[in-house]
Amino acid sequence: MGEYSIQELTSIFAMQGFAGLSLFSVLLLMALGLAIIFGQMGVINMAHGEFMAVGAYTTYLMSVISETYFPWFTQYYFLFAIMASFFIAGILGYLTEFILIRHLYKRPLDTLLATWGLSLIMQQTFRSLFGAREVSPTLPDWLMGSYQPTDSIYIPINGMFVLGLTAVVTIGVYILMYRSNWGLAVRATTQNRIMSGAVGINTKKIDRLTFALGCGIAGIAGAAFTTIASTGPTSGSLYIVDTFMVVVFGGAASLFGTIASAFTIAQAQSILEFFISGSMAKVLTLLTLVIILMMRPEGLFSIKVRK
Amino acid sequence: MSQFNRRKFLGKTAALLTAMVAAGFMSTSAMAIEATTTGQAVTDSTVTVGILHSLTGTMAISETGAQEAEKLAIKQINESGGILGRQIKIIQEDGASDWPTFAEKSRKLLVQDKVAAVFGCWTSASRKAVLPVFEQENGLLYYPTFYEGLEQSHNVFYTGQEATQQILAGLDWVAKEKGAKTFYLIGSDYIWPRTSMKIARKHIENVLGGKVVGEDYKPLGDTQFGSTINKIRLKKPDVIYAAVVGGSNVAWFKQLKAAGITSDKQTLLTISVTEDEVLGIGGENLEGFYSIMKYFESLDNPNNAKFVKEFKAMWGDDSVMGDVTQAAYLGPWLWKAAVEKAGTFDVDKVVAESEKGEIALDTAPEGYVKLHPNHHLWSKARVGQWNKDGQATVVYESDLIEPNPFPKGYQ
Repeated sequence: MGEYSIQELTSIFAMQGFAGLSLFSVLLLMALGLAIIFGQMGVINMAHGEFMAVGAYTTYLMSVISETYFPWFTQYYFLFAIMASFFIAGILGYLTEFILIRHLYKRPLDTLLATWGLSLIMQQTFRSLFGAREVSPTLPDWLMGSYQPTDSIYIPINGMFVLGLTAVVTIGVYILMYRSNWGLAVRATTQNRIMSGAVGINTKKIDRLTFALGCGIAGIAGAAFTTIASTGPTSGSLYIVDTFMVVVFGGAASLFGTIASAFTIAQAQSILEFFISGSMAKVLTLLTLVIILMMRPEGLFSIKVRK
Repeated sequence: MSQFNRRKFLGKTAALLTAMVAAGFMSTSAMAIEATTTGQAVTDSTVTVGILHSLTGTMAISETGAQEAEKLAIKQINESGGILGRQIKIIQEDGASDWPTFAEKSRKLLVQDKVAAVFGCWTSASRKAVLPVFEQENGLLYYPTFYEGLEQSHNVFYTGQEATQQILAGLDWVAKEKGAKTFYLIGSDYIWPRTSMKIARKHIENVLGGKVVGEDYKPLGDTQFGSTINKIRLKKPDVIYAAVVGGSNVAWFKQLKAAGITSDKQTLLTISVTEDEVLGIGGENLEGFYSIMKYFESLDNPNNAKFVKEFKAMWGDDSVMGDVTQAAYLGPWLWKAAVEKAGTFDVDKVVAESEKGEIALDTAPEGYVKLHPNHHLWSKARVGQWNKDGQATVVYESDLIEPNPFPKGYQ
């Protein structure tokens, strides 16, 4: 390494640190919605990636609309697109629960099949509506480019944006789940459905809103990812494996588990990637996960329950 | 079952009778009758062909352009009088981005529909899946994509470039023009990028006397290139040589730009970006980088002007034509030329005629092409530099390059 100056190595080190953080925020944002649905409700939602795609397409639509009709709005539309993605994906999630999921609570394996079918239906719907080609929204200028603290350090702004957004969403979820009455009701329903019903919690309504919240957060993730990659009908399916990996490794019912798991996986992946090739790094990371899960099937963190 | 057999028997008898009639009366209409003896879906006024691409699934993005080009070519052939006096009818099947489906649909096209030729497939995986079917049923496939080579089948014609046609000329150009000595190779992790990089590495090390300072593969669909970009920054290659495909491509170029690696400081040559991909990536993220292909939409020649105009008239003004789209367009024309020389739709005779190495098209949008006896096309390699508007400026054009699907010293 003699041919590199200290300054060069420091800046690469700093950027490498950020690459890890950036991957961490992406994984966490993907997994938050699923952690709520899978963790709190035990529903294996195979269509989670498609709800992300709903968010991404919403952002794209807003971008096209604002470009065509409100050109002065193109610098700001993105923030509204994130909110719109949350609500549209959330409403779709609410309807999905009402039409499909609630009939299958007693048959958890069937939800897997049903939501997988739903994901195929949604993919084909995207394809019919938006075409098979991948689309990208026009991003506002302030999201492009990079921040340069020194001459040789480049920190991409979209990466920082996703990091910040993930922090906001995570704190929001924490407050909602652990510091509000509604969250208390959700957790009570998870732990003992019959008892919760007996003390006056409307468990059906709780289910519906929990599912909608999870899907809505998936929508936010989808909107955020339009800053990183393009969106196609099958984009959602690219994310689903990573998403489940994070949630299962973290321990299904734990928010902190999800955060810790996303952090561990992201750092392992990005550090390994620096020394070996990208696909080998992924193989090693997955292999390690499998071994850890064999020894600790409940994941990193789990709620202690009386068996 | 018995009925099926009887029907088959009747069909065979009928075919046999027709053949005997044909043999007995070698009259002026002999050619018309002979064509129907091949057991193909050929009548006195029509001939049926198959189009087999993914209309659904991941690959629909890429394959849409190819099937549009094939339909345009067939439409033009029909308007100019068809083939051997017959209008071409199309049966289209959807491979659904699923390789077993490709095999199943190709069997349906060959066995049930008895099509005279099939234009289709995009990925190597789909081609490998249908290959045994075409060989077993003695069908005819025109395959449009640039691919890794190492294949030559009696039943397939490859209208795209095999790896050496695309790779070597590009590397020679960048070494000579940019004085490049060190290369960083990066690709998606599957057969085409890996084979292409293997060839590229041999050429760089053995022929150009350069050095490969890094070789990296990312899983398909990966969108995080931070670590890879840092590695590239550490190695400081003269050239980044890229074969990243699909959705990853967008993330890759956006992140390169955000990391300050732009064309004014870094030469980048890619073998996986055509006009189709640029639509998703955005011209501003690619500006100044180079692609090596055989065709760009911006090619300035009368054939291409006509092709672009008619393609847009048929499929809309905002459609773009990439390398594979153009190669797919050649398929029906090459088939027409071979059939007319053979005077029959019979697969073996069409192949025999094609293997003489005399089938050539003056009208190809990419310019003159000629079919080599090894089933691939003689074609030129071109280096295009991308502009903001998503079109490329051609900065280098090679001579016609002989296809060499089994390159010695490169495996």
